[in-house]
Amino acid sequence: MSGVAAKKPGVRRSKATRLRWLSFGSGRFAWVLSVALAVPICSAQETLTIATVNNGDMIIMRRLSRQFERQHPEIHLEWVVLEENILREKTTTDAAAHGGQYDIVTIGPLEAPIWGHRGWLLPLDERLSPNYDLGDLLKPIRDGASDNGRLYALPFYAESSLTYYRKDLFARAGLTMPAQPSYDDIARFARVLNDPARDQYGVCLRGKPGWGENVALITTMANTFGARWFDESWRPQFDSPEWRNALRFYVDLLQRYGPPGSSSDGFNESLTLFENGRCAMWIDATVAAGALFDRAQSKVADTVGFASAPIAVTPHGAQWLWFWALAVPSSSKHATAAIEFIEWATSKEYIRMVAEQNGWAAAPPGTRRWTYEQPGYLAAAPFAELTYRSIMAADPVHPTEKPVPYTGVQLVVTPSFPTIGNQVGQLFAAALVGDLSVDEALRRAQQATERVERRMGTGR
Amino acid sequence: MSTTQTSAGRRSRASGLPGAGNAGFYANLPSIGVLLLWSVVPLGMTLWFCFRRYNLMAPERNGFDGLGNFRYLLSDPGLGMAVWNTVLLLGAVLVITVGLGTLLAVLFDQEFFGRGLARVLLLAPFFVMPTVSALLWKDMMLQPDNGVLAFLWRSFGFRPVDWFGRLPLLSIIVIVSWQWLPFAVLTLLTAVQSLDAERIEAARMDGAGPIALFRYILWPHLGRAVSATVMIETIFLLGVFAEIYVTTAGGPGFASTNLSFLIYRYVLMEYDIGGAAVASLLAIFLANLLALFLMRSFARNLDT
Amino acid sequence: MISHATWRKMWMTALGWAASLVVAFPVFWMVLTSFKTETEAISRVPHLLFAPTLGNYRAIGAQARYLRFAWNSVVVAMGSTLLALLFAVPSAYSMAFHPTRRTRGTLLWMLSTKMMPPVGALVPVYLIFRDTGLLDTRTGLVVVDALANLPIVVWMLYTFFKDVPREVLEAGRMDGASALREIVDLLMPLSLPGIASTSLLAVILAWNEAFWSLTLTAAKAAPLTAFIASFSSPEGLFYAKLSAASTMAIAPILILGWASQKQLVRGLTFGAVK
Repeated sequence: MSGVAAKKPGVRRSKATRLRWLSFGSGRFAWVLSVALAVPICSAQETLTIATVNNGDMIIMRRLSRQFERQHPEIHLEWVVLEENILREKTTTDAAAHGGQYDIVTIGPLEAPIWGHRGWLLPLDERLSPNYDLGDLLKPIRDGASDNGRLYALPFYAESSLTYYRKDLFARAGLTMPAQPSYDDIARFARVLNDPARDQYGVCLRGKPGWGENVALITTMANTFGARWFDESWRPQFDSPEWRNALRFYVDLLQRYGPPGSSSDGFNESLTLFENGRCAMWIDATVAAGALFDRAQSKVADTVGFASAPIAVTPHGAQWLWFWALAVPSSSKHATAAIEFIEWATSKEYIRMVAEQNGWAAAPPGTRRWTYEQPGYLAAAPFAELTYRSIMAADPVHPTEKPVPYTGVQLVVTPSFPTIGNQVGQLFAAALVGDLSVDEALRRAQQATERVERRMGTGR
Repeated sequence: MSTTQTSAGRRSRASGLPGAGNAGFYANLPSIGVLLLWSVVPLGMTLWFCFRRYNLMAPERNGFDGLGNFRYLLSDPGLGMAVWNTVLLLGAVLVITVGLGTLLAVLFDQEFFGRGLARVLLLAPFFVMPTVSALLWKDMMLQPDNGVLAFLWRSFGFRPVDWFGRLPLLSIIVIVSWQWLPFAVLTLLTAVQSLDAERIEAARMDGAGPIALFRYILWPHLGRAVSATVMIETIFLLGVFAEIYVTTAGGPGFASTNLSFLIYRYVLMEYDIGGAAVASLLAIFLANLLALFLMRSFARNLDT
Repeated sequence: MISHATWRKMWMTALGWAASLVVAFPVFWMVLTSFKTETEAISRVPHLLFAPTLGNYRAIGAQARYLRFAWNSVVVAMGSTLLALLFAVPSAYSMAFHPTRRTRGTLLWMLSTKMMPPVGALVPVYLIFRDTGLLDTRTGLVVVDALANLPIVVWMLYTFFKDVPREVLEAGRMDGASALREIVDLLMPLSLPGIASTSLLAVILAWNEAFWSLTLTAAKAAPLTAFIASFSSPEGLFYAKLSAASTMAIAPILILGWASQKQLVRGLTFGAVK
């Protein structure tokens, strides 16, 4: 209590006392304490601390939140905006250790069900106001944010994956991208369009190790090649022929027709390459479309085309499903106000407000059917319809052709997945740069996964 | 520091100040006390965690685990590599910074136009935060397509190097050396400046060439400054992880994982506190081993 | 006819400047990038001539409250340095002027506490902070940074104090000065340059400290390291904005460091210059 109480008067400290405070290095404890005791704490205003990612959509949310504060003068918002990985470290530590630092956290499809299952998040179903249109949320997203039928987070925006390509290069080479390409098509096109002498590469793909980077893409490839992470009894499946086909295909494709330094390329690096005109094709998140079509920053805005994410043997799990959602930790002392805020930030009215202030192209995508019924949005975002279809085609509950004991498309919703995913991702990267053969990488991936499973168990 | 001064200092130091009483001795206790708390409490908790299964993400499995954490860490396929990389990173950065630092110190000891400003520029990397310098190098300098080095390579007709893919540890060494070079230059520069010009002149008269001058006059004179640089840098270099995390995440494979990053991975990417505790123990052991070795060589310079 | 000495000086000028420019280039490049647009920042042919824009700085100003982060950094850096000095001065005094057989061992032990990887202590420290209400407080960060820097501060002060002629303190002792008087009236004024440079190094180390400041703070006590982390690696292009944010974050410490370069030089040599 003392620390929390002691901070309050500090915020309103005058300049003079600040100077005094500075000059007495060690006297500060006593001093702060005495102020805390002297000033009664009257919290007419409730302060919500919001932890969120520094992506563009959240920056807009923060700006528009002044409207929310205007509507709710009794609520004051404090923002903690950080890059994804640091934010995840902080929110996870806080949730697991019940630090209680945040009233609202921004989480993804891995955290929502697991944290909900652990009781770290407030279940939302009964707490939402009757006006909140829950039924309008897209089903795969709502499923992904739930555990055992209980909803733990409200989706803020969502994405799937697409194939981006350069229409000009395709036309020049006399090639046509089908609406639903296969991975064989991709390899064929990449071979024709790869021209390293002119710094033009056949295809760009994520190669940077990490469960949210190369593992996400490679898992969708594995899915469509018919592979799965685990069988029904949670035995890892890296020794299956399907995995070998998928990883060999990935490594061959990128080694032959990819840009140099692929093993360091994540989403941002690939986006940079594609916008600079270095890649003929790129398979990645639907959110990239907004940036690629933006003439202000993209050199290929007029020539970029898009198609569904490629498939190989089966359409199951060929495109991924990711979302950022807002949730309320059960340690929050301001749950009612926090829920009021997350309802506001994920409502139709909010999306409409973004559209009015920043244009429809900036509207947070992928969460509501309603968004895709707005003529303004469909007109402003040519990629909207395909994004919608991709998201609806993704099924986190039945992600692969063969049955699996887990949920999640490009990830396995289990507490050990970050551990396994990062280790396996490193092995895939080692295969990509040629340090390991594909077979050796898979053999080690199998071992690594078994080792972690023995330690952490399986399931939620 | 003349000989007489040193021996006089020794004599009085052995007995302490006359009539010092106990106050002088007790003045050291507050620092010892807080540092004991600061090192012993976390160390004690680390020891306790060593024998417990403790994962933040799987709290229902937490409990006493015997030697499970030790077995788990020893079966980590990246462990050997991490220890080796720690030593390699430390050694390489020390050699580069002290080596280049000595050369630059000698250079900046010479009179030249705009020396003050040039010296100030040389300091700049020391003030950049580790995460920023890592991003700076990764995405603006070493990036094989739009990086500055790639541009240079292409301008001279070479194929740009895939730094982080092919030479991951070397890339990290480059970044870390860049960060610590200014520190080494500064320490060594003042030592060089304090060198007696007459001694060099006298040696030169005796016919000593530049190599002999360096070997027999400069290098012995720099001993203390070099030890200080090595000590301080070692302390910080053993803890390097941000540069690795931002650039290669320890890969490809384990090619650029050091012990500090391994622990970081255990704690903040895998939330495995038990495993991290054992790894920390190993890191402390290795650090103390190194410390013993370094301090033995440094301690000689401590009293002069 | 150019003399040998002039030739030599010109050579040294060329070499010295070449070295400086190479070492400083990445920082220079970062500052330059902060005035570019995001598209120019990722150009394959580096833009040296471009129309500078303040757009990045404006965007950052609209997005984050720089002054609040900067103020936290100032308070934490200064506070932790003062706190560390408060403990280190008596400590270094004791070891420099009242050495025992264990002094060297104590000094080395203090340094060795710095060798424990901080991340290994994260969970214990986090739990302690949670239970004492120190999470997300500047007080907490001041304490941690002071403790983290204490060994180095003690060590540096120790070497500076040893440069102080013992006769001066002995004279004070004859006049019946207490240990406290000795420190405050005699020792500190005599070793002021050393104390100043020690403080400067401690301030720089605390300013750049990223691990504890990122893990132990949230909204209220977050310093500039968190400010930077809010501009690094979002979805989409960010190099120009990150460069601007970094420039803003290092500007104060860079100015402080450059302004007091001489002190720093002396401080870092541990009194090697006599």
